[in-house]
Amino acid sequence: MWQELRSELRPQGVEVVTVALDTGGADAAGQFIDAAAPEHPSLIDAEHRLDELLGINNVPMGVWIDEAGILVRPPETAHPGKSVLREMMRGQKVPEDLPPYVLEMLAETAKIRVKPERYAEALRDWAAKGAESEYALSPEEVVERSRPRPPELSEAAAHFALGQHLHRIGEVDAARGHFRAAHRLDPDNWTYRRQAWSFENPLQGPSEHYDSDWLSDVKASGAENYYPLPDL
Amino acid sequence: MILERPEVDRAAFAARTGWEITPEGACKADRCVPLPDAPVDGPIDARMLSDRLGMALVADEAHGLWALGPESGGRALLSAEMPDLELPDRHGRPFALRSLRGTRIVMVAWASW
Repeated sequence: MWQELRSELRPQGVEVVTVALDTGGADAAGQFIDAAAPEHPSLIDAEHRLDELLGINNVPMGVWIDEAGILVRPPETAHPGKSVLREMMRGQKVPEDLPPYVLEMLAETAKIRVKPERYAEALRDWAAKGAESEYALSPEEVVERSRPRPPELSEAAAHFALGQHLHRIGEVDAARGHFRAAHRLDPDNWTYRRQAWSFENPLQGPSEHYDSDWLSDVKASGAENYYPLPDL
Repeated sequence: MILERPEVDRAAFAARTGWEITPEGACKADRCVPLPDAPVDGPIDARMLSDRLGMALVADEAHGLWALGPESGGRALLSAEMPDLELPDRHGRPFALRSLRGTRIVMVAWASW
């Protein structure tokens, strides 16, 4: 999805770098990268380091970095002019014989509020004007707009790291205990929840190991709040 | 950051968190937090870093593991300086974000799940 916009922006000096947050590493993300065949760097973050370093708590989220390595926009919802989910659903007739959970998921997904064109417009403005762009923020504002991190979020990150490590070495049940702790301590972190749910059920549906699932949580918080619109 | 004992290798700590252990203390961006009880060299007690930097230290005694969370008490970003980051591509080849210095970057996180 980013390749098209990348082709437009690269001649203006903006490179796209995509990073897959996948505990399963290349085994999980590789097939999607192969299918997209990107010309830009396409990396894999199997330890979810971006969560810790930048405060990313859902996908897709993006940051802008200037020529000197300074962030000029903190993590925020980032779409390349299109929404991946919307594009996948566009023109597709939903088969009526899908399981009820899937039909309900699709209905909630359709309610998710995104303005992908707006983000791409801002990105084009930055590509054209650089530091003069109104969308390039000061260092102080970048820090101020980044996610608050009270002590319980640090504890959540530590539990999530243990969960990932234990999952990777096959201690799946022990991993679940740490994932549950991370979910409890950082309830606004979709990344922690979606990654853990996906190990039980590819649709992130209900399982005996977690007391919630994607659909239940989206309905509880309101699909329109799932992706905070970037403050552009 | 996963630990097999409650102590931290200085280089691994810096690579993972961006906090450098210096004679002034633990430093990241323009902030230095004194570590008066830190040894001159060798590993650093993870409990000391946890106390001084607000990094949660969580133990999993059954597996003999510890995890040190990121610093807390403020915001996810201490400064607007992008931390050094090296990640592999899908073939395992490392890529350092620093190699794009001089170019503007939009870095986007996605996932297969």
